[in-house]
Amino acid sequence: MLRYLARRLAQAAVIVAFVAAISFALIHLAPGDPFSAVIDNPNVSERVRQTLRAQYGLDKPLPEQFARYVGQLARGDLGWSFSHDRPVLEVLATALPNTLLLMSVALVGSFSLGILIALIQVARRGSAADYVLSGVTLLLFSMPDFWFAILALLAFTYWVPIFPVGGAVDAVMHDYMGLGARIGDRLRHLALPALTLTVLAAGGVARYQRAALLEVLPADYIRTARLKGLTEREILRRHALRNALLPIISLIGLSFPALLTGAFFIEKIFAWPGMGLAVVNAIGTRDYPLVVGGVIIGSIMVTFGSLLADLLYAWADPRLRNR
Amino acid sequence: MPGQIQDSAIASIPRPRESAFAIGLRRILRKPSSRVALVILGTIVLVGVLAPFIAPYDPAAQPDIVALKSLAPSLAHPFGTDPYSRDVLSRVIYGARLSLTIGLLATLVSLTLGVAYGAIAGYAGGVVDGVMMRVLDAFLAIPRLLLLLGILVAWPQLSIGSLILFLGLTGWFGLSRIVRGQVLALKHAEFVTAAHALGASRRRILVRHLLPNLISPIVVAATVGVAHVIVLEAGLSYLGIGVPQPLASWGNIIQDGADQVATLWWMSLFPGLFMVLTVMTLNILGEALRDAYDRR
Repeated sequence: MLRYLARRLAQAAVIVAFVAAISFALIHLAPGDPFSAVIDNPNVSERVRQTLRAQYGLDKPLPEQFARYVGQLARGDLGWSFSHDRPVLEVLATALPNTLLLMSVALVGSFSLGILIALIQVARRGSAADYVLSGVTLLLFSMPDFWFAILALLAFTYWVPIFPVGGAVDAVMHDYMGLGARIGDRLRHLALPALTLTVLAAGGVARYQRAALLEVLPADYIRTARLKGLTEREILRRHALRNALLPIISLIGLSFPALLTGAFFIEKIFAWPGMGLAVVNAIGTRDYPLVVGGVIIGSIMVTFGSLLADLLYAWADPRLRNR
Repeated sequence: MPGQIQDSAIASIPRPRESAFAIGLRRILRKPSSRVALVILGTIVLVGVLAPFIAPYDPAAQPDIVALKSLAPSLAHPFGTDPYSRDVLSRVIYGARLSLTIGLLATLVSLTLGVAYGAIAGYAGGVVDGVMMRVLDAFLAIPRLLLLLGILVAWPQLSIGSLILFLGLTGWFGLSRIVRGQVLALKHAEFVTAAHALGASRRRILVRHLLPNLISPIVVAATVGVAHVIVLEAGLSYLGIGVPQPLASWGNIIQDGADQVATLWWMSLFPGLFMVLTVMTLNILGEALRDAYDRR
């Protein structure tokens, strides 16, 4: 187990190093000065321009620039965000907890909901309910995140206004509330974005879990359980689900890119002050260091997310645990 | 009975080998769901192809920016008009043409790269394979949307051609891993050894013997890939860095109405419906194809 852990950590480190190289290439493949949009902008002060140029050492040869870049990254220096006039890392670090909150609620929610749907489908396989639910999960799976979020916004903040329009807290009243009311305010603002991301992600989980359940059902131990006289429900819960949960753990690792991408759009549409909103707004202001910083942090999140899922898998599978 | 013997003799003559596409198509057409999907998708494709003949208005025309702007759906404008007084139905129809074309071309780019990269890595094996796969791991660790954001923000005012290229360049990582696995598995198959013994070059073995066995994963990846690109393109256009204005793509139309989602709901609803239908039918067909090839 320890050796496995060490090997996976080394792999993750290599991936992060490659990601750094790719982000460096992104910056330098751009035509002209990567900050030409900034340099041309009369609103950007001379001080910021000089800081940018010096920070990236644009007059130095490429290998030297790369060495500098990696050194900066290693120290956690992602550059300067001129639209916030703060270091990129600081901007992203302030926003990250909100994104993590949104993603973790949606992760737990979508996997619970998806597994539940799959169980209902498999318990009544071939029935009308199974068929309809398959259609629904396919629809969710095919749904463009941003369009679904726009519809959710339209439906639940304008047509049937039961949720606040956007933000993480009430912009005016939050500071005057007591502790209980503040928590309530936060939950009320979290509900719709988190629910939207949950429902979006649940479609894929349900389809995957349904297939995984159907795969284990013909197994010998299921037949044995049936011959022992267990009811179909008990078989599903105690035998099929337990064995079909292993592939679900690998799905957790695979679902991080989609969750993160979904969070980006949902944060934008519900004005949820997370990393996605910061990066997407940086597109409008052409705040290039902030966008690239978001790419790097997002990739690191995905890498370590899948690393965690792998470790969870190794821990959950007794065949791997004792290795 | 001579007649019967003759019949069975004819029956035992092997039929000419069907192409993989024909087999796939024949098998998926047995499922009612994929027949429906094919009809819907075919209709949308036809709408895109015949856009100039179907669209009631010029998609770029702004006939009266004061009197005809932001009209709710009516008989004259079934999908309403946008803040520039353009007819949304016409734009959605032209959007079908553009979004499908982008999806198709970008997927062609991804397929070419993915198959080439995966086949080379799998066939070369050893250190080359190891290095190529580690590079792939890194690309797979960057969510595709984020990678595209990083690229597209650096190039303001990108042409459609370059957008297609970048969408294609960021879409081949998954497929090449599948192709590599298949090549690795087939590399030591008997028919490959036989071809080798007959003096076939590596290139010939790769192109004539290994690639034909990869058709099924490629066809499935292409179907689902087009769906992915359509969603990505729409998302990027929605964020304002996809298809340049004033061209009509489904994402662009939604973007045009994004500032006033509540009042101009028709601008998000209708293009989105077309997009969901397209993506859903492509996913249905992709899944049916996967099942069709899986049975062997």
